[in-house]
Amino acid sequence: MQAPHSAIPALKQRVSDVMRRSARWSVLELAFWALALASWFLFPNQHLILTEIVGFAILALSIDLMLGYAGIVSLGQAAMYGVGAYASGLFSIHVTGEPLSGLVVGALSGAVVAFLTSFLLLRGGDLTRLMVTLGVAAVFAEIANQANWLTGGADGLQGISIDPLFGIFDFDIYGHTGYAYSLAVLFVLFLLARLIVSSPFGYSLKAIRDNPLRASAVGVPVNARLVAVYTLAGAYAGIAGALFAQTQQFISLDALSFQKSADGLMILVIGGTGYLYGGIIGALVYELIQDGLSSLTPQYWQFWLGMLLVAFVLIGRDRPRQIVLSLSARLATIRGNLFRGRTSTRRAP
Amino acid sequence: MLTLLFDGLAYGMLLFVLSCGLAVTLGLMNFINLAHGAFAMAGGYVTVILTNRWGVPFLLTLPIAFIATAIAGVVLEKTLYARLYDKTALDQVLFSIGIVFMAVAGIDYVMGSQQQILNLPDFLRGRVTIFGVGIGVYRAFLILVCGALAVALQMVLARTRFGSRLRASVDDRRVARGVGIHVNTIFAVTFAVGSGLAGLGGALGAEILGLDPTFPLKFMVYFLIVVSVGGTSSMYGPLCASILLGVADVLGKYYVPSLGGFIIYIILVAVLVVRPQGLFARAN
Repeated sequence: MQAPHSAIPALKQRVSDVMRRSARWSVLELAFWALALASWFLFPNQHLILTEIVGFAILALSIDLMLGYAGIVSLGQAAMYGVGAYASGLFSIHVTGEPLSGLVVGALSGAVVAFLTSFLLLRGGDLTRLMVTLGVAAVFAEIANQANWLTGGADGLQGISIDPLFGIFDFDIYGHTGYAYSLAVLFVLFLLARLIVSSPFGYSLKAIRDNPLRASAVGVPVNARLVAVYTLAGAYAGIAGALFAQTQQFISLDALSFQKSADGLMILVIGGTGYLYGGIIGALVYELIQDGLSSLTPQYWQFWLGMLLVAFVLIGRDRPRQIVLSLSARLATIRGNLFRGRTSTRRAP
Repeated sequence: MLTLLFDGLAYGMLLFVLSCGLAVTLGLMNFINLAHGAFAMAGGYVTVILTNRWGVPFLLTLPIAFIATAIAGVVLEKTLYARLYDKTALDQVLFSIGIVFMAVAGIDYVMGSQQQILNLPDFLRGRVTIFGVGIGVYRAFLILVCGALAVALQMVLARTRFGSRLRASVDDRRVARGVGIHVNTIFAVTFAVGSGLAGLGGALGAEILGLDPTFPLKFMVYFLIVVSVGGTSSMYGPLCASILLGVADVLGKYYVPSLGGFIIYIILVAVLVVRPQGLFARAN
């Protein structure tokens, strides 16, 4: 049956209403970022660790854009991360130590790598994608290992020095500047991602994730969208790598290792996929687990991490997301009752 | 040159025995089991412990390694893996990465992180020269054992009742159940044999590949490459892929050392771009 012509503008209005409502900020989100900002003042001695968490969070955010929203499974995010790290590291050594342009270099190189390899993703199913992405990351790791003259090979890339941010704020050994800088970068990237996933583009990605065939039937250019989001995720991963290079001022081959891809994936899954906060929450939880376990059993903490992962899959990895969603919905109801005297059923994006 | 080819062949055969279990679980049962290398490592450690500490003859340790890992496989299948057959690829990947982490840290805890040295019996050491080709005795032994295994596996899969039941269960679990096939048992037995073969491969390969707790991570990519390059329609696919990769790897590392590490990945990506289902794939 076809909708009568007069119904179409009304329908459009309803769709844009729904989209606008789902893009609105919830109380929980505002509280989250207030807390993130407060952490800079509350934990002045933990800034190095917090910086590490933020780096992981950006990597996981990149994977979430690709996996949580477009359903692309990949074991090769380390390729973009590592290339971004090396590119911005080399840029700071050979061109300029200005941090923001270093980030741009990282983003661009990550995006280029992702764009060039994205065409490998368009054929075959999940398994082929896992294998191809794994293979691509392994090729880059091998290149970095062989190109001793450029990357320092197994010894790592040394001698990275970063100029003060905006020419004023020095990168100190306590990581005060580094953490504020990383947090700001994370916030900007998060805002951008939030805009993207609540745009029509983001909704078309979700359509592809849920059913590629149906998405293409309603006119979504599936392949072009996959290339676009993979490239975007590549840029994010490149920025995460660049941030790592700038705050650590050292890059080793670890940046390109399988372990890095697996870590990113694990962090995202611990926090939950498909709602953007998963990566950040996951990074925090992962760091706490790692910290707690490695102080208990310094050498064998990976055993418990593995066990946690197994338990997690068996119990169901959607749980954290559901908890956050229901919490957010409940808060929204409370706020609705307080301010408008009526209930609202809005959910977090 | 011929000596290199021979080494490559032996290496390829070894890769085949290590990966054919994965070809069954991943290829036939569609379970992405990244923890396959953990079973191989278990087999390797069984052999090393038996020969070095308890003086069991090397040849006798091989079947023990097979049986021990097969038992471990069936226990894990019944308790954990069976619940995940219907889950998504991502769930299976995460689950098996978790298993790998546990295996790596567990072996490190029990056996220490150092490289294990396997003492081969005297009659498997040394080299003989036939028609100017230097042949390592152990490598010739590998080729014989692995070749026999390849033939036997293909026979079982293609010619026996068990093989056809397995293929039926894989293609459509519900219908297979409907016609009275005990799908769960078939899967459990298959998984056990797959893990057992991995263990046997680990035992055979400890001498050539080296054995330490990072084994599952170090060789995971290789197993996966064999299976995805070979496709999974029959055992010939993984066999051809193993030999191709083994020979290419050995020749590459010898003639173009600067490129050596890449060759195997370049083959992987090239094959998957041209034929996403692998070289010898079932038409889908």
